[in-house]
Amino acid sequence: MKRLIALLALVLALPLAAPVLGQDTMPPAPYAYQQLEDPALEAKAQELMFTLRCLKCQSQSIADSDAPMAGDMRHQVRTRIAAGEDPEAIRAWLVSRYGDYVSYKPHLSSSTWPLFAIPVIVVLVAGFAIVRRMRARK
Amino acid sequence: MRKVRIGLWVLVGIATFLFGLFAYQLSQPKEEFVKSAMVGQEIPAFDLPAASGSRPALSSADLADGKPKLLNIFASWCVPCAAEAPQLAELERAGVPIVGVAIRDREEDVDRFLATYGNPFTRIGRDDISEVQLSLGSSGVPETFVIDGKGRITYQHIGDIRPEQVSMILEELRKAGA
Repeated sequence: MKRLIALLALVLALPLAAPVLGQDTMPPAPYAYQQLEDPALEAKAQELMFTLRCLKCQSQSIADSDAPMAGDMRHQVRTRIAAGEDPEAIRAWLVSRYGDYVSYKPHLSSSTWPLFAIPVIVVLVAGFAIVRRMRARK
Repeated sequence: MRKVRIGLWVLVGIATFLFGLFAYQLSQPKEEFVKSAMVGQEIPAFDLPAASGSRPALSSADLADGKPKLLNIFASWCVPCAAEAPQLAELERAGVPIVGVAIRDREEDVDRFLATYGNPFTRIGRDDISEVQLSLGSSGVPETFVIDGKGRITYQHIGDIRPEQVSMILEELRKAGA
């Protein structure tokens, strides 16, 4: 019984004693969780952070993620916004590092144009078909 | 009427094609790695303090000294970084200059890591908020960049260097002018 209790205590204490593998123990970057003092600038930063992909947890935005790297990216966004940089310039900076993948905001390019063109074509075709049917009925 | 029917079949065909395309794309394994868009470009300017008492600090100017080298992004808390240590040691023995950037790390932890797994680095910079890592387009640890003598990034290796990949890294260094 004593042994069992000792074993139980050991098992319970283990997560406290063992260092968390694969995760750093450094404090987050200053502006990872700290909002900017100016609410207008913070709103600007938030808007941008929700449209940037977390590279560690690729289905989340950096605003949604608690990964240390997402925190470091938020720090970059907030400090650059506070320094007066334009949100789209910050996005462009990240895209120049990681490619389009880092941005959730689609932009027009040689590979994305069908994304924008197809809905327009579908609406035009549908409109054309409807008009023709209406005419045929009359 | 005949015309309408053909139109319907065309629609069915388009829908089938689209669903087929979705099914195919969804069944494909997803590329997990985010490649850096900085390959082929000049390394961005940076100046990092020393991460360890055993080696000097690292700045971008140290990378443009005429000799191609490896820039290894690592951390003491990163498990695969320990796994690639023997490969880095092998590259060091082959005469490759290797500089390190320690991500979100403490000096005593870096020192302990180097004491345990070896120290193949000539310089180690300390990147506490992943700033240099982000500017390199690197999205994890470990990653290894081949830098030519002029400070241009010529190759990015994502993940730990496996024993069978050492020769490939040496080949990339040779292409960079080593």
